[in-house]
Order: sequence, then C-alpha cells, then structure tokens
Amino acid sequence: MATVSLKKLEKRYGATSVVHGIDLDVADREFIALVGPSGCGKSTTLRMIAGLEEISGGEIRIGDRVVNDLPPRSRNISMVFQSYALYPHMTVKENMGFSLKIAGRPQDEIEKRVVEAARILDLGQLLERRPSQLSGGQRQRVAMGRAIVRNPDVFLFDEPLSNLDAKLRTQMRTEIKKLHAKVQSTIIYVTHDQVEAMTLSDRIVIMRDGHIEQVGTPDEVFKRPATRFVAGFIGSPPMNLVEATVDGGEVRFEEGASLPVPRQFRQAVSAGQKVVFGLRPDDIYPSGHGIHAGEAEDIHVVELPVSITEPLGNETLVFVEFTGRDWVSRMLNPKPLRSGERVDMSLDLSQAHLFDAGTGRSLRN
Amino acid sequence: MFARPLSAPADQSSGMLFFICLDDMKNWKPSAPTLLLLPAIIVLAAVVIVPLALSLYSSFTPFRLTKPETFYVFIGFRNYLNILTDRDFWVAFGRTVLLLTVALNLEMMLGLGLAMLVEKATRGQRLLRTLMMFPMMFSPILVGFQFKFMFNDNIGLVNNALQSLGLTDQAIPWLIEGHLAFIAITVAEVWSSTSVFAILILAGLLAMPKEPIEAARVDGCTPWQTFRYVTLPFVMPFAYIAMTIRSLDVARAYDIVKIMTDGGPAGRTELLWTLVGRTAYSDARMGLANAMAYFSILLSILFTVYFFRKLAAARNQIGAEW
Ligand SMILES: Nc1ncnc2c1ncn2[C@@H]1O[C@H](COP(=O)(O)OP(=O)(O)O)[C@@H](O)[C@H]1O
Ligand SMILES: [Mg+2]
Repeated sequence: MATVSLKKLEKRYGATSVVHGIDLDVADREFIALVGPSGCGKSTTLRMIAGLEEISGGEIRIGDRVVNDLPPRSRNISMVFQSYALYPHMTVKENMGFSLKIAGRPQDEIEKRVVEAARILDLGQLLERRPSQLSGGQRQRVAMGRAIVRNPDVFLFDEPLSNLDAKLRTQMRTEIKKLHAKVQSTIIYVTHDQVEAMTLSDRIVIMRDGHIEQVGTPDEVFKRPATRFVAGFIGSPPMNLVEATVDGGEVRFEEGASLPVPRQFRQAVSAGQKVVFGLRPDDIYPSGHGIHAGEAEDIHVVELPVSITEPLGNETLVFVEFTGRDWVSRMLNPKPLRSGERVDMSLDLSQAHLFDAGTGRSLRN
Repeated sequence: MFARPLSAPADQSSGMLFFICLDDMKNWKPSAPTLLLLPAIIVLAAVVIVPLALSLYSSFTPFRLTKPETFYVFIGFRNYLNILTDRDFWVAFGRTVLLLTVALNLEMMLGLGLAMLVEKATRGQRLLRTLMMFPMMFSPILVGFQFKFMFNDNIGLVNNALQSLGLTDQAIPWLIEGHLAFIAITVAEVWSSTSVFAILILAGLLAMPKEPIEAARVDGCTPWQTFRYVTLPFVMPFAYIAMTIRSLDVARAYDIVKIMTDGGPAGRTELLWTLVGRTAYSDARMGLANAMAYFSILLSILFTVYFFRKLAAARNQIGAEW
C-alpha cells in the first residue's frame, strides 16, 4: 500500500549529530530490517518516520506524501514499541480498539476488527484482561494486535522482541513472519539482533554511528559484505577477521603465517597493501568435516593446534590457533578433539573476504 | 480542670490497689518487650486514650465548663438527639460539605493545570516546584489574615483592583455578605492548598511512562485526546490521594474561617468546627460540643473511605504495582 523513502535524513540533538543524512527506499509491502549495534541511531530513524521525533534535515515520504511536518496521527502508521507501551488502564480489547475508537469508527466495526486481530494473534481468551495481568509474550502480542487492527500503510517495529526470553523470541519471530505474510503491509523493523534481521526481512539495512553501511538481501549481506563492519556484524559465530599485508601472491599475517591471495582478489590488490582477511567459520573446518566438503573450490590445508572446542550436538565449534590468535571453525559430523591436538584444517579461500585496512571497504569488485 | 474532682477521691484507692498488686505480683517478672513498651503505653494513655475516653464520655453528659458538677450527670444520647434536630448544626454541616465539594474540585482542576504546566517546563523546573509549595509554607492563620485584608471592602486589594480596572465603582462587601464571604473563604482555602494537588499530580506525571503517550499519538490521538484517554487516567490515583488528604483538612477547616469571618456574618459562614469551637468555648457547653465533634468525625471518615475506595479502584485500573 505504501512505499517509504528517506532522503538525506538527518537528526541532531543540539550540537551532536546522531543520524547523518541517510538515504533509503523501502518498496511497497517490503519487510525491511534496520540493524546495528546499540546507539547507532536505529530508533531515532524509526521515530522520525513515525513523527515522534522532529527531523533536523532531509525528507521523509510515505507513499507519495512528504510527511516531514505531519504529526504522527496523520501518517497512517502503526508502531510496536520495545516496552509494548500498552495503555495500562484499558483491557486488551480496549487497547486494540483504541485507535479505531479515536478515528470514530462504529462500535460493531471495531468489535469485528478486534476479534479478527485477536484470532490472528491467538488472543481470544485474553480480551477482557488488563495489561498488568498478562505475561511478556502476551503483552507483545497485544501490542502487535493494536498495530494490525488499524490496517496502516506502514508498520514500524522497535526491537519488539528484545524483552522476551530466548525461546519466546524464536517463537514470536515466526509469528511476525507469518503475520507479514497475512497482512501484506510495508514493515520497517528495528533490531540489534542480526539473527532476527536475517530471518525476517526481505532486505537488511546495516547501520553504524548514524550511517548506513550496507543495504541488501540477507543473502547479499552475508555472502558479500560491503565493509569489514558488516562482515563482523552479520553471521554467528562472527567471521574471523585478521589484519595482514599483501606480499607478492600472498597475504602475510603479522605473526609470520601467510596464505595465498584468494583468486577472486588477485586483480584487486597491490603489493604492500594493508588488508583485513576474513573467513567465515563455515569456510574453515577440520578436513572432511566441512559444509563444502564435496565441492573442492580453492581449498588450502594448514595443520593447526586446537585450543578449545564447543560441542553443540550436531556440530562443534573448534577454536584453532592461527596467526597468533584463535580462529573459529565449524565442524560438521563432529568427532572428539583434544586441546592441543594438531589437526589438518581446510580453508576454503574461494569464500574468503578482503577488506581495505584503512577504509574498511571490501576489495571485491 | 475538670479532671481534678474525678481524680481526687480515686487517688487513695488506686494507690492501695497498686500496692496490693505489687504484693500479689512479687514473683511476676514482666517480659522485656512489655517493659520496653510500657513507657510508650503510659505516655499514649496519658495524652491520647484518657482524653479521648473523657471527651467521648462527656458527650453523654450535659457538661458545662462553668458547672463542673454537670460532668457526672449521665444523659445518654440526649446531646446527639439535640444535634440531629438542631437546624444550625445541619446548616453548618451542609455548608462544610459544600465547601469540601467546591474547594476540592477547584483545587483538583487548578492543581492538575499547574502540575501539567510545571511538567512541561524544560528548565527551572526545580525552582518552579519549590515556588509551587510556597502557599503551604504559611500558617493558615496568616493566610486568613492576609485574605481578610485583601477582601476588606474599604482598603482591600480586591476591591481596589476592581475599582481601578473600572469593573465596579462600589465597595463590594466581600466578608459581610454571606455568599460573598463563602466565596472569599473558598478562595483562601484554594489558594493555600492547591499545591497539595499540584505536587502529588506532578509526582504522578513524572512517574508516568512516556511510551503509552507516544503510542496514543501514533494511534491517532490529538493532544487533547491523549490527555483525556491516557494521561488523566494515569494521574487520577494521585489526585485521589490528594483528595483524601485534603478532604480531612477541609472537613476540619477552622483557622482560616475563624480569622476571616469567625463564622459570620450572622452564622452565614459557620462551618462544623467553628460551630464546635463556639459551642465549647463561647457557650461553654463542652458536652454538646463533644457530641458534635464525634458526629463530625463521621463525616471525615466517610470522605476518607470514599476516596480510598476511588483510589483503590483507580490504582487497580492502571495496574499500579504500589
Ligand atoms: N533525546 C536525546 N538527546 C540526545 N541524544 C540522544 C537522544 N536520544 C537519543 N540520543 C542519542 O542518539 C544516538 C542514537 O540513539 P538510538 O536511535 O536510540 O540508538 P539505537 O540504535 O540503539 O536505537 C545515541 O547515541 C543516543 O545517545
Ligand atoms: Mg533503540
């Protein structure tokens, strides 16, 4: 129903600038996640879109309207807050129907839409309760119910799951995904949890210190991180990132070890260049225990000592000592390994990343 | 004064009783807690329980300060029956309830307004909060004198101002005409105590989570609707606390009225407690006055119970965790 577009959007609090002119186009019915570490300006951006925070510069469009100076009530948006922000003195039913009541809708229509939303979110039993009589997960669902009864152009979510325990969070994540499939609205979803962002969204916006680092599909930001920051932020356990210098056909690490320059970067680097070498835990594994075990790409084998192991059942995280520090690797079909044991590790260099040490930008072109 | 005839004959016997008890209780050792609490119990008995019992008892006698012997004449509920049929008493009673209603409502509205203004202030809020408390720092007697001066029909500030502004050319008899005097008293009460409401409601506003207000704005509320449907329900419990405190205050209003009009003119501003005071000390009918007092306490209790109920309901409604 509505696109959202931000142009050179800025926010300053007095002299300090917290959002430095970001550009973003959200397509109609797109689920877009704003992700980044705490304090990077995600909430501020979202609140500017909602109209709860004045903008210091730039432009916000919802649909074909510039909404810069419209109050929140004129923007036809719904927002789900981190703390749920339910009205404590109203029942679940009143909470969900409140926006319709304010809009002056007839009672029977309100009733119908609340009941429908309650059905979608499985809140039927709770309609007469007050927020104080609900558990965290139930409050969360009421907050979402309150958002969907309005049938808004855009849904804004500000870390809606961060107050829930791990199990419930996973469960609600699935609920939100189903919800999006049902309501088919544009959703802008703020989170600091990259797993939420990856699992839910069509596209991810990775923010850092008030800038956008990269915008892309989950696959893109995972496979082709544009910057060292994105590479380190997306993926769990995080990518191994180690500083090195290009020396002939090799990347030489400070501790003396070296690896061949991955083929895909041979044209992009020059001798003496300071780089950051990155390799995901999936792309380094005890030989024969990797994801890409079958299809040999650009495998480089090094014998390395195991420092510790973290068994997870179906896989084990193996920390191996290399270049003077621990590299995380993922071992499928795990077999027991002892600390100090030396194992042959396969490094799939076709999946490696190189970033410029100065700018942090990827050297892939 | 009236305690002496009572205690003189009793002294000896109670002294004897005391000795007998000691004899009996040679081996009785009071526990440490009892011993430690004994001084407090004795003091409480002396300053609270005994006077209370005496005053309650005297409300069943025709006791007059001028005739001490009347203290021993027991007349049952006759004082209370007299009160119930006394027109002056009921008029004072009604007027007190009226003052309560008018003053509390005005104070509530003004206090709410004041609290919201102060809450909006981004700088100097501490100073404003302190200023807001100023009227409470004055003795009600002084407030009474001040307003008595301000409402004086000849030299008072109010009439002077009205005349200078050309709103009237007459000397309005503020403290002399019955209705006007009631208004003047209400103004003084409201001035001196609005801050009770303001401070408590401000506490509520400051404690209020900001997210529901933002949610309301997103949900389509105008500022007025946000206030009406979200802010107000949240601060009502705080207003009820103020109401409870103030209803007790007003139900025993004495000082300001005593100074400003002394219940006059011709009893037109007589409130319960000025009437009680007059009956007790001017007419010296202590027994009757005590009966009135006990009856009046009922009024206070009723108001307190009422507001506590409201408070409990409102707290329950906002899901307060206190
Ligand atoms: N009202 C404010 N005044 C000054 N600085 C603020 C204010 N609100 C937020 N900030 C700052 O703006 C930055 C971004 O905040 P926020 O958008 O809440 O981050 P997050 O990405 O964690 O949601 C933070 O550094 C924060 O300190
Ligand atoms: Mg935030």
